Amino acid sequence: MIDFLNSIIVLLNFIIIPGISYGSQLALGALGVTFVYAILRFANFAHGEIMSFGAMITILFTWFFQSQNIGLGILPTALLALPIGIIATIILCIISDKFVFQYYRYQKSVPVVLAMVSIGVMFVINAIIRIIIGTETIKFSDGQKFIMKAKQFKVMTGLNEGLALKSSQVITILITILLLTFTFWFLQKTKTGKSMRAFSDNEDLALLSGINPDRVVFTTWIIVGVLACVAGTLYGLDKSYKPIIYLNLVLPIFASAIVGGIGSPFGAVVGGYVIAFSEIMVTYAYKKFFVYLLPSSIEPTGLVQLLSTDYKFAVSFSILVIVLLIRPSGIFKGRVL
Amino acid sequence: MKFERYEWLAITIMISLFIFVGFIQGWSVSLVILNMCIISAIMTMGVNISWGYAGVINFGVMGFLAMGGLAAVLVSYPPIVESWQAGGRGLGISFALLVVLVIAVMYINKIVIQKRNRYILNSLIIFFGILIIRHFYLNATHNIEDVNPAIAGFLGGLGLPIILSWIVGGLFAAGVAFVIGKVALGLRSDYLAIVTLGISEIVVSVLKHEEWLSRGVKNVIGLKRPVPYEIDLQNADWFINLITYLNSSKLNNIIDVSDRQQVLNNLIIDGSGIFVKLSYAILFLIVMLIIFYFANKAQLSPWGRMMRAIRDNETAANAMGKDVVKQHLIIFVIGAAIVGVAGAMLVTLDGLFTPSGYRPLRFTFIIWIMVIVGGSGNNLGAIFGGFVIWFSWIEAAPLTTFIINQLTMGLEPTNALKLHLLDSVPYFRYLFMGLILLLILRYRPKGIIPEKVRHS
Repeated sequence: MIDFLNSIIVLLNFIIIPGISYGSQLALGALGVTFVYAILRFANFAHGEIMSFGAMITILFTWFFQSQNIGLGILPTALLALPIGIIATIILCIISDKFVFQYYRYQKSVPVVLAMVSIGVMFVINAIIRIIIGTETIKFSDGQKFIMKAKQFKVMTGLNEGLALKSSQVITILITILLLTFTFWFLQKTKTGKSMRAFSDNEDLALLSGINPDRVVFTTWIIVGVLACVAGTLYGLDKSYKPIIYLNLVLPIFASAIVGGIGSPFGAVVGGYVIAFSEIMVTYAYKKFFVYLLPSSIEPTGLVQLLSTDYKFAVSFSILVIVLLIRPSGIFKGRVL
Repeated sequence: MKFERYEWLAITIMISLFIFVGFIQGWSVSLVILNMCIISAIMTMGVNISWGYAGVINFGVMGFLAMGGLAAVLVSYPPIVESWQAGGRGLGISFALLVVLVIAVMYINKIVIQKRNRYILNSLIIFFGILIIRHFYLNATHNIEDVNPAIAGFLGGLGLPIILSWIVGGLFAAGVAFVIGKVALGLRSDYLAIVTLGISEIVVSVLKHEEWLSRGVKNVIGLKRPVPYEIDLQNADWFINLITYLNSSKLNNIIDVSDRQQVLNNLIIDGSGIFVKLSYAILFLIVMLIIFYFANKAQLSPWGRMMRAIRDNETAANAMGKDVVKQHLIIFVIGAAIVGVAGAMLVTLDGLFTPSGYRPLRFTFIIWIMVIVGGSGNNLGAIFGGFVIWFSWIEAAPLTTFIINQLTMGLEPTNALKLHLLDSVPYFRYLFMGLILLLILRYRPKGIIPEKVRHS
């Protein structure tokens, strides 16, 4: 029985908790990509950089607050700076729309052209970030680092295995729940949300019913800004902030959005968790888990690892390719909010 | 073929850029930029063939370049006998087993009709098959990687001249492209972009981590050159005579013998570097012109017309009896093959293979900027784009330093803002690239040298 509990704790500690927090970050990112796709109808390659930009502004204000000795006690100061980061990200989104994307929307350009344009925007934001903050890795989480340390857990329960719970993980999960609830409530219950859904379902019909497309697009960028900034900051808080990492994060995010069914917000969330869990589960070495479960005579000798951790990245893409082949519209039929 | 007046202008601009740099920063710098420009132009032509002719998007440039690079290693590196002895047999067994597995799966698909049974049987056989193969494979690769890991630790290559790898690189890339195309070409263009981008990441991560094949992150250095080495040139009589002859008027003015010898030695050292780069440039130029010639021929041929028809109206072309899927696959493979050739040339030029150096920003997105800026659907435009963008990519740093110095003239040299800006000079090139792309897409969406519309 103790062995069984130990093995469960191993899974919880190394797969489930990291999976949920990484999945939440991916889900928030994928939700942003999906919104752009459903309303503006293009694949936004700049999304990773928008996330990075939000995280950067948050970091800058975190430093400012730290220098002024303003803090939140046990919570990271970044949470205090987050609203400012969100506002800056929203402004960035709206500026990029006004000066860049709007023109092509009015021209009714094909999606591929808009995707190219978003690559241009990606380069510009990327340069701005590098010029402002450089390319160094930045750790900006402060406050209490662990809610529960592995040692504490061991002492508390008397088990062999420890369960560590980082405060950044708990914050990630709580904020994600909050934000997702709010987003879905907004889409389902408010008038603006309904008009957005109508717009993504059938643009012409929405226009005929008197929905103002500029307003819908404006709201979309606000939501995208909030989601991107929060996702970027949480990722930076959980791992550490590194400007170039966000370009690599774009690919798992796209994978999540497409696997879930691009254009479907619920699908994006599910896709985020699917990608996160498969990345972690395929590359985790299960030796410890089996050591507890199986009798010592048939204990595994190797690491019992399906793929080495080097291929973490390839996993999300293999899943993407498989899903596109079997069910091109994603798990949940996409294309509509 | 005949060039229009603005095309001559473009060619003149390209040539004069290098002459300008040659006089300002020295011919060595100019030739280094020229070599990379030619390689970039070839990559751009490869992408341009699939995107410009047929509208097939290819965001996997990085992966195909890496395959070309792998070819350069596998063709030119001398074989490492101990590694073959250590793990050759295990690898052979595991590959043979893989073939058996594939055949078994195909056989099951053929004889078992019921869908559920087929799934169960297939997954069982694949699962256990992979377990067995992994056993042999991991043992073999482990053994190979243990052979003298500081300098070897991989299988090595065939030890053939590296020029051969330019063709092999094309074939490697074409093979990978064929698989990708089979899997993904049915997708919509923006999905295809994401999928090719992802698969190229997978290709690079395989090269990075399969050390027995490519030495992975430990890099392969010291690949043999197709051109002479500087040190050999400096001791070759004909080269010394050539340099003396070229600089005879300058040398004759120096009366003192030891001074004269000193000057001659410096000239020879400079000259050998330039000679090597020039030979590379000539080799690359030949390849570029050959590809340019055939690409143009193809574009003007009935096949090229069909490709444009498919690009402009897929449904109509399909209705006219053109096999759209097949043609898309063909053009995707051809484009990728050209990119692969460029990848092999890139590694040849550097003399080393660094899998971790392949990053999408540098090797996929920049190439796409070249295509868009130059003008998709026009081969000269592709070359022009490759030249201009690579040139600005390199020359962005000196230009930025100049601009920042001008703008912050009034500030103290120790001013924090000025120092920070000067520190971040290398990052301004991304800003330039983004702005160039956005401006071109806005004000000249067909590129600087647009596709010629032919009415016949």
